[in-house]
Amino acid sequence: MTLKPTDLTRRGALKGLGAAATLPLWTRYAGAQSAEPIKIGFQVHRTGIGAAYGRWYDRTTQAAVAMINEAGGINGRPVEIIAEDDGTDAKRGAEVIEKFATQHNCDIAYGTLFSHVVIGSAPRAGELKLPYFVVSEGHHVASGMLNRYTLQPGITDVKSQVQAMAPFITDQLGKKVTMIFPDYGFGYDHRDNLVPAIEANGGEVIELIAIPPTETSFTKYFPKIPRETEVLYHVMVGPAVLTFVKELGEFFGPQAPEIFGFIDSLEAVNIGSPGLEFLEGTYFWEGMCRHAQPDQSEFETLYREKVGVDDRGASLADPKDVSTYAHMFGCWETLNVIKAGMEASGYSGPSDRAALIEAVEAMTDMPEGVEHPQGPKLFNGKTHQVFGQQYISQVQDGVLTRVHTTSIEDGMYPDEVDYTTQSF
Amino acid sequence: MELGPYLVLATLEGAVMAAVLALTACGLSLVFGVMRVVNVAHGEFFMLGAVFAWWIASHIGGAPAWGFVAALILAPLIVGAIAAAADMTVLRRIDYDPERTIVATIGLLYILQQATLMTYGPDARPVEAPFNTRIAIPWVEWTEAGWALYWPWGVATTSYKMFVIAAAVAVLAGLWGLMTRTRIGLLMRATQLDRDMALAFGIPVERVYALVFGLGAGLAALAAVLIVPIQQAHYLMGHDPLLLSFIVVIIGGLGSLPGTILAAILIGLTDSLVSVFFSPTLAKILATLLVALVLVFRPQGLFGSRAS
Amino acid sequence: MSRVLALHLGLVALLLAMHFVLPAYHHGNLARVMVLACYAIGFNILFGYTGLLSLGHALFFAAGMYGMGLAITQLGAAPAPALLAGLIAGLVVAGITGALALRTVGVAFMIVTLMFAQAGYLTILYFGDITHGDEGFVIQPAQRVLWGLDLSDPSWRYLAAWALFSACLIASLALVRHPFGRTLTAIRENEERARLLGYDVALRKWVAVVISGGISALSGAAYGLLFGYAGASFASVQYSIFPLLWVLLGGAGTVLGPFIGTLFMFYLIDLTSGITTAYMLLAGVVLVLLTLFAPQGLVGEVRRRGWGWLP
Repeated sequence: MTLKPTDLTRRGALKGLGAAATLPLWTRYAGAQSAEPIKIGFQVHRTGIGAAYGRWYDRTTQAAVAMINEAGGINGRPVEIIAEDDGTDAKRGAEVIEKFATQHNCDIAYGTLFSHVVIGSAPRAGELKLPYFVVSEGHHVASGMLNRYTLQPGITDVKSQVQAMAPFITDQLGKKVTMIFPDYGFGYDHRDNLVPAIEANGGEVIELIAIPPTETSFTKYFPKIPRETEVLYHVMVGPAVLTFVKELGEFFGPQAPEIFGFIDSLEAVNIGSPGLEFLEGTYFWEGMCRHAQPDQSEFETLYREKVGVDDRGASLADPKDVSTYAHMFGCWETLNVIKAGMEASGYSGPSDRAALIEAVEAMTDMPEGVEHPQGPKLFNGKTHQVFGQQYISQVQDGVLTRVHTTSIEDGMYPDEVDYTTQSF
Repeated sequence: MELGPYLVLATLEGAVMAAVLALTACGLSLVFGVMRVVNVAHGEFFMLGAVFAWWIASHIGGAPAWGFVAALILAPLIVGAIAAAADMTVLRRIDYDPERTIVATIGLLYILQQATLMTYGPDARPVEAPFNTRIAIPWVEWTEAGWALYWPWGVATTSYKMFVIAAAVAVLAGLWGLMTRTRIGLLMRATQLDRDMALAFGIPVERVYALVFGLGAGLAALAAVLIVPIQQAHYLMGHDPLLLSFIVVIIGGLGSLPGTILAAILIGLTDSLVSVFFSPTLAKILATLLVALVLVFRPQGLFGSRAS
Repeated sequence: MSRVLALHLGLVALLLAMHFVLPAYHHGNLARVMVLACYAIGFNILFGYTGLLSLGHALFFAAGMYGMGLAITQLGAAPAPALLAGLIAGLVVAGITGALALRTVGVAFMIVTLMFAQAGYLTILYFGDITHGDEGFVIQPAQRVLWGLDLSDPSWRYLAAWALFSACLIASLALVRHPFGRTLTAIRENEERARLLGYDVALRKWVAVVISGGISALSGAAYGLLFGYAGASFASVQYSIFPLLWVLLGGAGTVLGPFIGTLFMFYLIDLTSGITTAYMLLAGVVLVLLTLFAPQGLVGEVRRRGWGWLP
């Protein structure tokens, strides 16, 4: 059996000490007024290898919150973002979660991308009973590894993305696939899900090339690509992505096979950078199309304007500053899900956190709109994971042009967990 | 891919790495040899070289070659000046005590790295190479008509990578000349042999130290300027060069420049060639353990004479 | 003698009292600091008292963390045997790497330990199927109930951290006052003289590595168990540098130094991260200033300026 907290003794000691100065800070805040802002703790990669993503996650978050506040906030209360740098580090991430819960008295925590930070932070969020909305695209939420307080309602997970890509690869590009991926968790999500998906579609993954993290030169790995390769599937993250793609081009020269990449390999990188000419004609997965498409929805036009990105996915202030367009929409959409959840549950303070989670778990269809500019979504309350459309673009005259849109169903898979059976 | 062309490619890649590593490690080795201190901030001087290269190149218009040439000259000078200033304000005041120097340079590491983060930002930014032509490499194969040349798939390098190797050789030759043929080289070698004696003979040891520290950092910066058209400038990029330079300097025998260069070639090639035969992460583990064991069983380094 | 004991027991009692008065945030922080301070204590035994500077202690910390974590996730062990598994993993790793690394001295020792730690880090990534590489894995609250005490509860976590820290602090005090600990200091001061006096210097240095590695591993195991997560970043170079920073800041070769240094650095980063994203800049400045003006560290300065009796 489990002994429960010794709160009584703690409280008794507090009373014994008497003096108000020694009272814990959190008791002083206990009688918060309902007009006070709703505080959202934003865990952001300001430094470390995730910094390029962090900057754009921050801008998207500020834009979404500004818009929510203009429209009257949530339940009549303004939203306040309290941002803390997690250094793209798992230990610091967990500390930041504690800071949100116990020092800033945030209502919820939200934000981060890199999987190790999410996995390091989620146990603390669960213990502190702090709803933790992640925008990570990792499969960790839906795999059942985390807990009832951790949700991913704004971005699809890698498993779903990869699975939805497989039919296009085998039908349109070729049957013999070679994969190049980073030799750590994020890469394994790709490896573990692509191989069975390709095989299910009658193709074959003939070689897996895992690149060690922190690697800065890549050419020496490319000779492992078998000659009979018909499709090269690449995904890479971190500061060395441009080197990776450039060296890939230099390696193949004019004799390249079909190349299919996850745009992660080029997030925050200008596709017109010197050395990337060989990408012409190759394909990319995109969570959301970086370059404005001719049939762009009014919602996405508004989204671009509010976040401050141009038709090439770069900052309006500096065209050299390219966004992480395929991922950052997740921040916008997650914040809108939080708003919807808080309104549905009549959220008034930390005592309603469980009700908030139940309200989000009850969500299913999320139609395309201002709240969901990337496209319609379907939320699975049991696995805490959202499902949505994926886009495949081809580089045509230096523009990422959408050539295929998958259906939501293409990315669905059987539930691996039912978080709703866990107690709060 | 067949083994032959594969090995050629791995050797070429290893040679580029060895060239850059030799420059960086010689800087570290020089500082250790003359000053007997370990400069943990060495990797950050490398990083600063790359960042200044980007900054200079992006402020000079015209063809990419002009920006690159300007960076090649200016970045090492700026970085060398920063290092010399650090030597005069910090290291001199703690009297080059070995342990305190390590701590002080760890502090310096964070200061340089974080100051770069505050000003330059967290992005990886490219510098355009002055020239970059792909050079395919032919290979021979036995056909029915006898031996024939063919161009295997993927086996290629670029003209710029060849330039990096040539430039590194030239700089190292220059360094060798500086150390053996000039008065300032003589002063450095005298200080290295016996500091007290050098002082007694009126050699301005403090100025020699500042110069050596600046020169060491300048070499790292120069290596970074050479590599930055291939890789990108990023505020965390100093980590790997530091580790590798450490390894090279130790394997080469502390403070020995020829040993350092030989070790750089050895490490650069090993790193590439081992990845031919093992999975990349396993290759890194084996290479790392190999280096550690060399040190354990031959503490004076592969090329050093037995130290006291 | 008695004032030494009084001071250290006083700190232990003070930390226990803190459990009842600290606000939630600082209560949580102090639990973390106490566990990390054990890591620093382990490091200090080797660096501060024996005079061996290792740049690879993250290897031992991670050995403990993964020994514990994998025992739970792969073998279904209970927390107590898992902690033991972490400790044993640390002792074995320290025993082997110590025997090899001690063949070298000075800078080479630093580099060899650094290399071993780097190989260890990569090994964790290589066995990604069970370690989940850099992502790491979660140790679920249900797996963290030690003798009926739920370690995911803040109170029990604090008390567990306090118990561990107290044990490590007292053990390190006992060690440095024990004849064995004094010979370690003798080795640090003059290895040749210690050898001439008839001490088996090589064996004693090896034992120091093993003790130091064992305490570090225990700290790593406890960290994973108390905070529910094990990840490869804890094995990276940065986590080898941290204990060096903490110990130097607090005062190498002092019993209280590791704790003071860890506490100071933790709040330094926590407070400055609110002012600038480049908060490690301040850590750098502090390090440089320390080497310039207080090379003995905080506690070392106190000892130098009058409290000469501090152990």
